[in-house]
Formats: sequence, structure tokens, C-alpha cells
Amino acid sequence: MTTKPSSAGETRSRLDPEAVARRDFLGLAARCSAATAFLLATLGLARLPKTAVLPSPSKKFRVTLPESLPPGEPYQPPGRSVAVFRDEDGVYAISKICTHLGCIVNPVPTGFDCPCHGSRFDAKGDVIRGPAPKPLDWLAVARAADNTYLIDEGSTVPLGTKEMA
Amino acid sequence: MSQGSPPALRRLLANLRAMPRAFWETAFRSGKPTTDRTRSAFVFGNVFYHLHSARVHRWSLRWPTTWGLGLITFWSFALTVVTGILLMFYYMPYPEGAYESMKDIQFVVPTGRLVRNLHRWACNVMVVAVFLHMARVFYTAAYRAPREFNWVAGILLMALTLALAFTGYLLPWDQLAYWAITIGANIAQSPREVTDALGVTHIFDPGGLQKLLLLGSEEVGKEALLRFYLLHIMILPLVLVALLAVHFWRIRKDGGLARPDDAGQRLGPPPPGTYPVFTEEPQKTYQLAAIVRGRTPQVSQGPENTLPAMPHVFYAELGVLMFTVFLCMLLAVFWDAPLKELANPQVPENPAKAPWYFLGLQEIVSFSAFTGGIGIPTLCVIALGLIPYLDRERDGTGLWFGGPGGVRLFLGSVAFGLAAVIGVEAFAIQFGWLREWWLDVPQLLVTFVNPGTVLVLIYFLYSVWVARRYNSTRAGALAVFTCFLCGFIILTIIGTYLRGPNWEFYWSQADWPVH
Repeated sequence: MTTKPSSAGETRSRLDPEAVARRDFLGLAARCSAATAFLLATLGLARLPKTAVLPSPSKKFRVTLPESLPPGEPYQPPGRSVAVFRDEDGVYAISKICTHLGCIVNPVPTGFDCPCHGSRFDAKGDVIRGPAPKPLDWLAVARAADNTYLIDEGSTVPLGTKEMA
Repeated sequence: MSQGSPPALRRLLANLRAMPRAFWETAFRSGKPTTDRTRSAFVFGNVFYHLHSARVHRWSLRWPTTWGLGLITFWSFALTVVTGILLMFYYMPYPEGAYESMKDIQFVVPTGRLVRNLHRWACNVMVVAVFLHMARVFYTAAYRAPREFNWVAGILLMALTLALAFTGYLLPWDQLAYWAITIGANIAQSPREVTDALGVTHIFDPGGLQKLLLLGSEEVGKEALLRFYLLHIMILPLVLVALLAVHFWRIRKDGGLARPDDAGQRLGPPPPGTYPVFTEEPQKTYQLAAIVRGRTPQVSQGPENTLPAMPHVFYAELGVLMFTVFLCMLLAVFWDAPLKELANPQVPENPAKAPWYFLGLQEIVSFSAFTGGIGIPTLCVIALGLIPYLDRERDGTGLWFGGPGGVRLFLGSVAFGLAAVIGVEAFAIQFGWLREWWLDVPQLLVTFVNPGTVLVLIYFLYSVWVARRYNSTRAGALAVFTCFLCGFIILTIIGTYLRGPNWEFYWSQADWPVH
């Protein structure tokens, strides 16, 4: 209570406070290292829920188109959200997954209608109405045999890409 | 040996006879809560009650102060916890088992149907009550200092309530659940709407990350079901309970429920026979020198107009519990929780509707996924959290529609809010929006200029105008809060009743095309 303020020029006594107290420095260092350790540990734990290997089933499948499929008519392989078409230029596959929020669109004479939020697409998959931000995906098609094609739902191709029949 | 039982044995028998009474007295040390002292000890001597203060102001006990809405929220949460634990006896969180076990619970398990219905209805009651509770706190200006932080905690609790409701929605694994979650997960992914338009998705993809974290896969499958189950029964309830403890604790630490400065005059003298009300100044005064900051504890001011929490508060809480259970039971007995057919990833429901409290959101999502699903909700939550920090006025605290403008401004804002939302919706339904007029409109324009953002802008400008006109931040807050409440209600009604297959507008479900 009775310490006098040390003036400049006077040698610092053992009892005078240090500029940065040693205890303060050690305390600060301890808190910083604890905070860093906690942060890194949390980040490490937060890494766990992000899967490194996707558990999705294979996205490639074979489809055999019926001989009688008229041009512009969709062939919808069961269990897959894909519509396959054949016309004079070749075979192409359009994903039926709406680019808005992932509902399955229904093929209709004008193209595709989404049941969830009213997006509409033309026969090429371009958006003509509603909230969908992008055209429907066109999927990679490879010819495997006569009338049999390998379709990859995981790989998209530019609009209008058709595999020669 | 022969002269009767030894003293030790006699003492033992006497102790045994006294045991029940002694056990009771050691468990409840303070004795019967009959005097002022024992009533206080009853509260602070019990681990379950001691979150309460020993005495509460008479203002807090008036029904119109709160209408018991916070308590209804809490009790309905408690009811979901109890029924939820019961449901966990049978529920199996994997796709083949989930739907089967729901059928079992519904049709085989004794009282299973009732418990499931109770769980669903208690959740609905909780969602309604949490909205009404927020409206009550807002309209009585109870969020003001020193209660700003507790308002923010309340906003987080509301978000957690909705998150709990949403994660529970997937668990039955029926058509309703599957497509609601597909839509929800794609809303999480919707920042891609912006990153795709800017062409940066390959280097910066927060949307894809959110969806991946939520589903643990690219599509809604067994990984997603397990994650939603974990969130629903473990993570979210733990966070909610922790935050709830903070919320309740802060009510007390912030000086009880908000009340006007002249609450004493407004209340008048206590009704005869009300035990015991402190109305006099205390005989002693205390000097509290810099031990605590702020307004508590009150110095040189008696605990006027307070009542002991035991029994008054506890009776009120018990009454609200009875009401909440009665209400949920009534709903659960007469209305079954929906269970549609097994989830089919190939065929969405048409229309695929989320639970009612998300249908307002679904309505604005149908204009733009990102703006409606993430942009506007985030904006609303931030705006709500900012309210107590932007309105620092004191006038009207603790009074319904307190502050400048009052009921007239509230009614005016209701009229404006309803007119604006109905006008914008009617325009969009009648004339369509940008894409219908201009097919190749850039996506970013649709994302940022759509009926949802136009409505937000109208509400914002209106409240700025009100704030200037009344020269009051409270008036501006009242206007904007009322407008958004009206918008939420009308959008929810449109989403629930007036949207049919392909999200087309229909006046009634009878007009829906038959498939």
C-alpha cells in the first residue's frame, strides 16, 4: 500500500512491478496454448462427420431400349431417375432430378414438369418457368451393344450431346 | 438378560418407528412451507426449484403479463422428451426398420398410437407456443435492457425448436418424410444457386459441404436417417436443454419478468387474503459498496408487492402444465399423426409439402431456393436478434403494445403487412415473375429480385418510414416485427391451403386435378 511510484533513472527494486509481469506473461502463454489446443481439437473432431468416401451405390447402369421407342418419347428405366430418348441424331439421357430442390420431374408432352415447386423444362431440359436455376442435367451415354447403352448418372455432358445409335 | 429388551434394541425399534418421519425431514429440511422463512427455504433448498427466485412480483403473476406462453413451450418440450423416450423403445433408425417400426408403434404397441400422436402434437404445440411467446415478449417490449441477451437466447431456442421438429420429420421414413428431407437437404445445398451463377462452385462450394454434412452421402439414405436420428435425439436436445437453463437462469438474474416502472400503482392494493405481500419499506438499509454492479440486488428499496414463489408461482406452473397436457391429449386422441406409404425415391408426393410451419418458407422457396430457403430466413433471424440492441428506448416496457404508436400503430402495421404480402403474392400468381416475361433472364437476377425479396424490401422501407414518422426506434421495430409476422402467417396459409399439384394456385383442394 505504501509503494512509491518509481521515477525514471532510479534502479528498479526487486519489489517494484515489472513492465510485463512474468506471471502475466506465463499466464497469457498458458491460456493461448490451451485455446489453440482446444480449437485444433474441435476442428479435428468436426472433421469426422465429413465423409471421405461416399457410400452412394454405383451410378452406372445398362439400359436396353425397345426397338419400337418412338423419337422424342421417354424410356424410363425402373429404379433410376433418368429419361432416355432416341431420335434420328442418336441416343441421349436426361436426368429427372429437378435442379431446384431435387424432386423427380415428370415427362410430359411439352418436356418436364416438377411437382414440388412448379418448375417447367422444355424437351431439351431448358428451364421455361419456375424457380429452377439450371437446365436438367444431360448424362453420359456410351453404346455397349445394339440397342444397349451404358448410362452414367454421375457424369454430366453438355446439353445436346447425343450418342450415335 | 431377563428384564426386557436391552436398551440398544429398544432404541433401534424406536428409531425404526421414527424412520419415515425422519426420512421425510432429512429429504425436505425446511419443513412445511407455512411461514415466510420456510417458504423461501422451500425454493432455494431444492435443486429443482432453486432456478426460481424465492419471491416474485405480483405483476409477473398476472395472466396478461405472459399468458403462460413460455411455460406452455417448456411443458410441451417436456412432453416431447417423455413421449420421445417412450418411442425410442421401438423405433429402429435404419431405412428397412424405420417404417416397419412406425407401423408397429401405430398398430401393435400398447398405447403406441397415442404416444406417437402426443409426441407429434406436443411438437406442434411447442412450435406455436414458441412463436406466440416471442410475439408476447416483443409486444410487451420485454426484450429491453437488461434482458437483451435473453432475447437472443430465445431466438436461438426458437431456431433449435424448428430444427428439432424438422429432424424428427424424417424419422418415419414415409413419403411425406422422405421428400420433405430431400427438399430440406437441397435447400442446404442452395448456395450453389449463387456459386454456380458466378462460376466458382468448383473452388468454393459451401452448399455442397452443408448437404454432405447433413446427409453423409449424396442422397437421402441410411446415412442421412442415422444423422437425423442422432441430431433429433441427442445433439439438438442437449444444446436446447443447456440453452434453456441459461434462458431460465437469466430471467431471474435480469430481475424477473419485465414490468413498467409504475407497476405498483397499476396493480393497486393486493386482494384481501393474499398471503403475504410485502408492501412496506424495510426497517434496515444496507450499504453495498461495489460488490455487485447493475440493478440487482436492489438497495434501499423493499421487495414491495412481491409474493412468495411457493405456492403462487408453483401453482401457476402446475396449472399451465395441466392445460398443456390436456390440450395435447385432446389433439392426440382425436387427430392421428400422419403416416403415408413407404418412402419411394422415384416418385415424389404431388404436391410435396413440408410441415405447416415450413410452408411459408416453401412458398418463398418456390421463387428462389437460395433466397427463400437461406437468405431471407437468415436475414430474419439476424434482424430479430438485433432488435434489443437497436431499440434502446425505455418508454412502455412491460406493457402490451407499449411505446410510441401503441395499438394504433400495431393495427396499422397489421393492415399494411397483410396488404403488402397479399398484393405481392396476388401479382406473382396472376402475372408470373421475371422468367415468364423474359425467358433468358440471368439466374442472379431471379435470385435477388423475386417476390420474397420485394416483400422484404417493402416491409423494410415501411418500417423506416414509421421510425421517422414517430421519431422512435421502438415504433420502427413494432412495424417491422408486425409486418413479418403478417407475412409469415399469410405465406403459411397460402402454402398450406392454396397450393396444389405442381405448386399451382387453387382456391380449394376440391379444384385439384384428379390423377
